[in-house]
Formats: sequence, structure tokens, C-alpha cells
Amino acid sequence: MLSALLIVIAAIFFTGIIIRTKSLASGRKGPLIMQPVLDVIRLFRKGVVYSETTSFIFQIAPTIYFASVVMALLVVPFGQSSGVLSFNGDFIFFAYVLALGKFFSIIAAMDTGSSFEGMGASREALYSMFAEPAFFILMGSLALLSGHTSFQEIFTALHIGSQISYALAALATFVILMIAMIESSRMPIDDPKTHLELTMIHEVMILDNSGFDLGLIFTAGYLKFAIYGALIVNLFIGVIPYQYAIPSFFAIQFLMAVTIGIIESFMARFRMSHNPQFIVALTSVSLLIFFGVLLILNKFM
Amino acid sequence: MNLVIAFLLVPFAGMLLIPFLKVKGKGILTFALLLVNALISGYLAVQSLIGNDIVFSFPGSFVTGEIPIRIDALSGWFILIISLVFLTGSFYGLFYMKAYKEQKNNLTLHAIAFLFQYTSLVSICVIQNSFAFLLAWEVMALTSFLVIIFDHEHLATIKAGINYLIQAHFSIVFLMIGFIWVASKTGSYDFQSITTYSQSISGPASVMLFLFFFTGFALKAGFVPFHTWLPYAHPAAPSHVSGMMSGVIIKLGIFGIMRMLLVIKTDYITVGYIILILSLVSGLYGVMLAIVQHNLKKLLAYHSIENLGIIGIGIGIGSIGLGTGNQVLATLGFAGALLHTLNHALFKSLLFYTAGNVYLATHTLDIEKLGGLIKKMPQTALLFLVAAIAISGIPPFNGFVSEFIIYSGVYNWLSDASLVSLLLAVSTTSGLAMIGGLAMLCFTKAFGVVFLGSARSELPASCSEVPFAQLIPLYILAGMIIAIGLYPMAFISLLSHPVNLFTGSSGFGLSPAQVNVFKAIQPVSWASWILILLVISIYMIRRFALSHRKITTGATWGCGYEAGTPKIQYTAGSFVRSYSKLFSPFLQIGKHEDEVKGIFPQPAHYHTHPYDKVERWLIDEPLKHNKSFMGRFVFLHNGKLQFYILYGVIFILAVISIPFIYEKVYSFIELLKQL
Repeated sequence: MLSALLIVIAAIFFTGIIIRTKSLASGRKGPLIMQPVLDVIRLFRKGVVYSETTSFIFQIAPTIYFASVVMALLVVPFGQSSGVLSFNGDFIFFAYVLALGKFFSIIAAMDTGSSFEGMGASREALYSMFAEPAFFILMGSLALLSGHTSFQEIFTALHIGSQISYALAALATFVILMIAMIESSRMPIDDPKTHLELTMIHEVMILDNSGFDLGLIFTAGYLKFAIYGALIVNLFIGVIPYQYAIPSFFAIQFLMAVTIGIIESFMARFRMSHNPQFIVALTSVSLLIFFGVLLILNKFM
Repeated sequence: MNLVIAFLLVPFAGMLLIPFLKVKGKGILTFALLLVNALISGYLAVQSLIGNDIVFSFPGSFVTGEIPIRIDALSGWFILIISLVFLTGSFYGLFYMKAYKEQKNNLTLHAIAFLFQYTSLVSICVIQNSFAFLLAWEVMALTSFLVIIFDHEHLATIKAGINYLIQAHFSIVFLMIGFIWVASKTGSYDFQSITTYSQSISGPASVMLFLFFFTGFALKAGFVPFHTWLPYAHPAAPSHVSGMMSGVIIKLGIFGIMRMLLVIKTDYITVGYIILILSLVSGLYGVMLAIVQHNLKKLLAYHSIENLGIIGIGIGIGSIGLGTGNQVLATLGFAGALLHTLNHALFKSLLFYTAGNVYLATHTLDIEKLGGLIKKMPQTALLFLVAAIAISGIPPFNGFVSEFIIYSGVYNWLSDASLVSLLLAVSTTSGLAMIGGLAMLCFTKAFGVVFLGSARSELPASCSEVPFAQLIPLYILAGMIIAIGLYPMAFISLLSHPVNLFTGSSGFGLSPAQVNVFKAIQPVSWASWILILLVISIYMIRRFALSHRKITTGATWGCGYEAGTPKIQYTAGSFVRSYSKLFSPFLQIGKHEDEVKGIFPQPAHYHTHPYDKVERWLIDEPLKHNKSFMGRFVFLHNGKLQFYILYGVIFILAVISIPFIYEKVYSFIELLKQL
């Protein structure tokens, strides 16, 4: 329960902090931290426009996308307190329920019959496929290290002691951060701030969404960031008491938002054709984690 | 026993009656007889699933020896799957075949072959005498051939059918070698003698014996590289038959492998590794090729190979669990494999039936020509969507449940100590994740291009939803897909006896560890329920919020371009273009391209033909060499009668003279020896 609450609070500020960081880095003052949330609230109050080409798929897709992200949120734990749902193999459910949302956002984009959105849909399907092995290998390594198969048990059992495990945590942070970037289609995979046609993946898929539906999609995006941030937090806090854990939760989320802002300010988007290589490299990094775990467990005999 | 005899007599009754009925009557009688037989076999199967195995034997003849019939839980599970798919398939076929009602004789043959096919499939599950087993296997191969070539006026159909027939007989050759091996050593055709024989021989020899059977059954199941008949046979057959082929017939290969795992006592770890690696390759290769197919049924056929791979992964880890004595791993592996067998039968037959609806409405299966069908056939589209989500292994449907069990098995396997199995386990998880992701790419393509957007070519004016009665079996299948997703425990508890056959804990009922394993699946269904409630409640909020707002419709946003046509939509080819560029080492795609040239350009064309690399190197190339070798003897075949008589005379002379010559040579050598 606690984790869901914390993630929602973090989500409110997360995107605002990214935008503010980017503004400051480019020498502007930038909008309010709360501006993204205000935008969403305004969207919720607006009417909607549907394309004549679309069917009911287009109308239910944002709802299902949002629900899938909320569902993923429910299984994420926070330190000792488990998520609303916690069971063996919940991280498998986590990945697959997010896939449900992706499935619907992809077919909704296909539903409009627009060539731009078809392009975005095709890329979203391809890239998310590449990110999945990395996630499963990462979680597999952590499961092997801790001997458990649910998010909460894995994270509480991660005893960070030796230097190798610090290195592993750093690598795992990198992997999760990059998965977050791929999932939310941010730099360096995709640039959400370029002109519509050039934004190649996520933003282009939602060209035809408006009003309430668009609000749901944006909110889901904010939540997604905070969810991945929470996973990173979980790598470090372990079983430390709440009075330290909660501040460090927000500190790490803040740090992650600032990092993303800085990455987006000082890095150019990769060429589309280079993205798959980059994403496959991510799998290699998670394999590195796996071998690190083997090293810790003395499996190389 | 009386029931079994009745079961065997029913198709003969059908054979006598069907030719004399009118077209409508033929179909209804076939369905009725199938229903009778399904009830009989279903009753026996349920008995065995709740723990009352049925064992008795027919006296047989002096050639076969006694023919034991043993209906155990494993047979029961497969019989139920077979019956379910055949019932829905034949009901669907009643309507699908309306388009062919002029071809009376053809329909008669089809109906009779269909009945015998069902009988042979069920018999294969229960016969435990290798002679009779092969007989039933042959009946299945021949009747399948007959039902596949229903549309035999097309050359492609006949070709696909013959391709199937040849490869089916290759499978029989391997099975025969295995059976003859055992029979020649033990003198008995009973499966139990295989068990005793495999216990008496050394480890490698028993693995060898298993591999003969495995190859035979893998040819039927369509494991890579034995899959090449499958993508031809499925699209060529009428849709209800392709649904059954994919849902049931290839599952008999799985049944055979599992039966042999039970019967042959061998080195389960080695066998498990072999099955696992082959399955992983099949899973990945199947989906990789599925993505680039433009024929909807061929796409689905390649997907069968992928799902066979997933089932095989389950069997593989289950077998490794048996070998290492890890009961939990074995339970998860076999339970996952068995449940996925049922799941795949459900969603794959549903997908083929919906593809059949699309074909009936549009007369094409080329997905590049389709589009926007959701507005014309909303129910078919919805059913296809359910099956597509289920087959991609996404919650809250059944595909997720079985994949979840297999994933749990693999993660459980991680606690195993050896380095090799750890590496294999991690490649299995990433392979499974990859398969899931690729399946999503494939089915968003299939659903998006066929049903969404607007039509990419002129569709026939009559294109509309099929009659509701035709959709009934489809709704039943979809209902089961959802039911397994939401109440997995009901189905998993049915699995306790089949799984128990493998894990072999004493007596009936599962060991406490296994019960815990099964209980661990429960929260998944809660999660699915919460997900559905969440979707409904958010949708309600949205409806409420939008009830006061203005809802307008307009053209799709063209980024300022106003004159959009359906031609500018993303096509199936463009949807997977970046994929096929990335995976080009594994694919073979032929291209025909006329580029746009000049000031007044002529119409341009761009065609791609995906082909199978394995087929090219394993089938086409050897065949080519074989042909060129055989071509040297073509002069013998000159069409002149005199020459053929001459060959006959030469043959007779040779038959008479060879013993003479042999005797002379022999005595000559004897003479030399004496010297």
C-alpha cells in the first residue's frame, strides 16, 4: 500500500522536475513543477475528437493502457512493505501486464490508419521486444542471488556487502534506468520534444488521442517513470527503517529525474537504425550482472 | 469395453450412412456421430482424469499379440482436448463448408475421413501395442491427408498434401525403427516391454532409443528442423481443418513424446537438455518466420511452431526435473506443458476459425489486401483479438497462465547448482521473453493490418459478419480462454493426475510441495481479476466524465496533409520492415521491385516472398542433388514399350542367373583357397 502511495506522489513531481532541469540547463526559467499535472487535469475536462477511421479499439485502448500501468504499480514493493499484490513470480506479471498496455496502445495507433502512427506502432513493438530479455535476465540474476522469486522478497534479501554487489547494484540501476527510458520513449531512444513527425515512437503513436484519453496516457507515462524509479530505490534500501527509507525514496526519485533531465539536455537522440544495437547492448549488461552473481555465488568451480 | 467397441463402430456406421444423405444431412450426421463418440471418449477420459484408470485388452491376432488399451490420466487429458477441438471444429465446418455444397462426393469423402481421423486420434492416445499403434498412426496420417486436400482442384493444395503425406511417413519410419528395435529384442509389442527393455540397457542406448521415437514424434509435432510440412499443410486445408491440425494433430507429437518419457526409462537429464534446446530454437525460429508472413493462415501456422516450442520448453525442464530429482521443477514443467497444450489448442483453433471467417467474407488471406474489417465483422474481430492477446501470453487470458507456470519452473530451476544448467536456464528465460515480445509484434501486425485502419484494396461488397450460429463454437472457445485465465485453479487441479504420472509420488494426490506449487498460481488469477475490475472502473469513470463533454469526429490527423488515402497506411510489410532488416541473417526474403523512374512514372511494384532457410538447406538442396543424380538414369525412362519389355526380360534373366553366377564365383573362390 505504502509503495503505491509513494509512487503516486513521486509521479506528480517527476516529469515536472525533468522539464525544470532541462529548462535550467538551457538557461530558461521553465514552467511550474506541477505544470504536467495541471495539463492533465485540463485534459480531463476537455471533450474528445475521434477519427472516422477508428473503431471501439481506439476508445478503450487508453483505458486499458492506463489500467495496465496501475496494475504494474500495484505489485511494486517498498522496502519491507510489499506491494498491494505480492506473490512468487510477480515480476513476470509486472512485465506482462505492461505488455498488455503496449499491445493496446500499438493496435490503437494502427486503428487510426495514419502512416505516422503506424510507424510509431511498428517501432514501439520492436523496441519493447528488445528490452524484455534484459529485464528478465536482470530479475533472474537477482532471483538467483537472493533465492526468492517475488519482488519484495528479492529486494529485502539483497544484502549489499561486498564490492562486487555494489557494482552489480550500479549495473542494475543502469539497466532499469535504460529500460525506463525505452518504455517511456525518452532520450536517447526517442526525443519527445521534437516536432511531431520527427518524434518517432511514443508521441507519434498518440497523435490522434485527445481529451480524457490523452490525459490517461500522459498520467500513465508519469506513473511509469515513478514505478521504475521505485524499482531502483528498492535495489538500495533493503530493510532499513521507514524514517530513512522514505526520504531516500524521494531523494533517489529526484536524482533520477534530474539525471534524465541532464541526459536529455546534453545528449542527442540516437539514429533510429542504431537503437536496436543499443537496446541489445542492454541485454549484454544484464548478462554481465548474471555473471557477477555467478561470481558471488562461487559457481565457477 | 462395450463402450470402446461402440466407439469403434460409430465411424463405420457413418461410412455406411453418409454417402446416401443430402449435403445438409451429411454435415449434421457427421456432427452427431462425432458428438456421440466425443461423449463416449469424454466419459472415459474424465474417469481417468479423476484417478480411475481404465485398463483392459483386446485379444488381437497372432500377428499383433494382445492389444492392451490403457486409458490413464495423460491419455484422458489429450482425449478431452481432441474432443473439444473436433466438436467445435466440425460445428464450425458445417457452416464453413456451405460454400462448397456443390461438390457432393468430395464432401462425403471429407466427412468420412473426418470421422475416422477423430477415431484414430483418440485410439492413438490409448493403444499400448506398438503394432496397433502404428496402424492407428497410419490411419491418422492418411485421413489427415484426405481432409487437407479437400480443395484439391488447386495445385498448391495437392502439393501441400503430398508434402505432408511424405513427411508423415518419415515420422512413421522413425517410430517403426524404435518399435522394431524393442520388439526384436523382447518379442513383445506391448509398451510395457519397452519399459522393461529400456531399464535393461545402458544409458546411452536408451537415450538413442528415445531419440528415435522423439524424431518420429517431433516430425509430427513440427519441431524445427522437422517443421517444413507444417506451413504448407495448414493454409491449404479448409479453415476448420487447419484449426484442428494445429490444435490437435501436431499435439499428438507432443503426446507421443510425453508418452515415451513415461514409457522409456532413460537418462532424463540428457533427454531434457536435448528437448529444451530444440524447443528453444523452435520457439524462436517459429515466431521469427511468423512475423514476415503475409498469408494469414501461414502466419498462424508458423506460430504453431512457436507454441510447440513453448510446450517443449515445459517438457524439457520437466524432464530435467525428473532427472535431477527436483520434484517441484518436474511438476511445474509438465503442468505448464500440459496446460499450454490445452491453451494452444483453444486459441489457435479460434484464430484459424476467425481466419476462416475473414476468408469467407473477403475471399483472400493476403493480409496486405485487407484492413478495416472490424467495422464489417466486429464479432470476428473481437474474437480474434481475444485469441491474439492470449497467444501473446498476456494477462488476463489463458496463455499467460501456462507461460507463467513455465517461467516459474525456469526460475525454480535457478536454484540448481550446476553452471551449465544455469546458463541454459538464463537463455531459456531470455528466449521466452524474446518469444513473448516477438509474438506481440506478430499479432499487433496481424490484428492491426487485417482488422484496423481502412481497407487496403477493394473488398467484395458482400463482405459482412458471418451468421451468429457459425460464431457459437468460437464464443465457446473464447469463453474457455477467459475462464482459464480467470479460474486457472480449476483447470490446474485437473492436471494433478497427469502430472503425477511423471513425478510418480506414491499413491494418488500430490505431495505437499507440489500442492504448494499449484497454490502459488492462485494469486495470478486474483491479479487478473483486479486488472479486469480496474479496466471496467476506469472505463466507467471515463464514460461518466465524457457524458458531459463534446464528442466530435473528424479525419485522422495527417500532420497537415489533407488528401490521405488508404494507400498511405502502414502495411504489414512496412510494419515489420525494421524487424526484417535486423533479423535478415535468419530470414530469406525474395524481392521483386520495379522502382519509380522517369518524369512520367509507370506504375511501380514491390513484392516480397518470405521463404524458410531451414527448408531450403534441409529439403530443397538435398532434393536438388538427388534429382540431378537420378537424372542420369532418365534415359532408361524413354517411353518405348519395346525397351520396357527388354527391361523385364533382363530382370527375369538376372533373377535366374544371379544364383548361378554366385555359385560359380563361390566355388571359384573355394578353389582359390584350396590352392
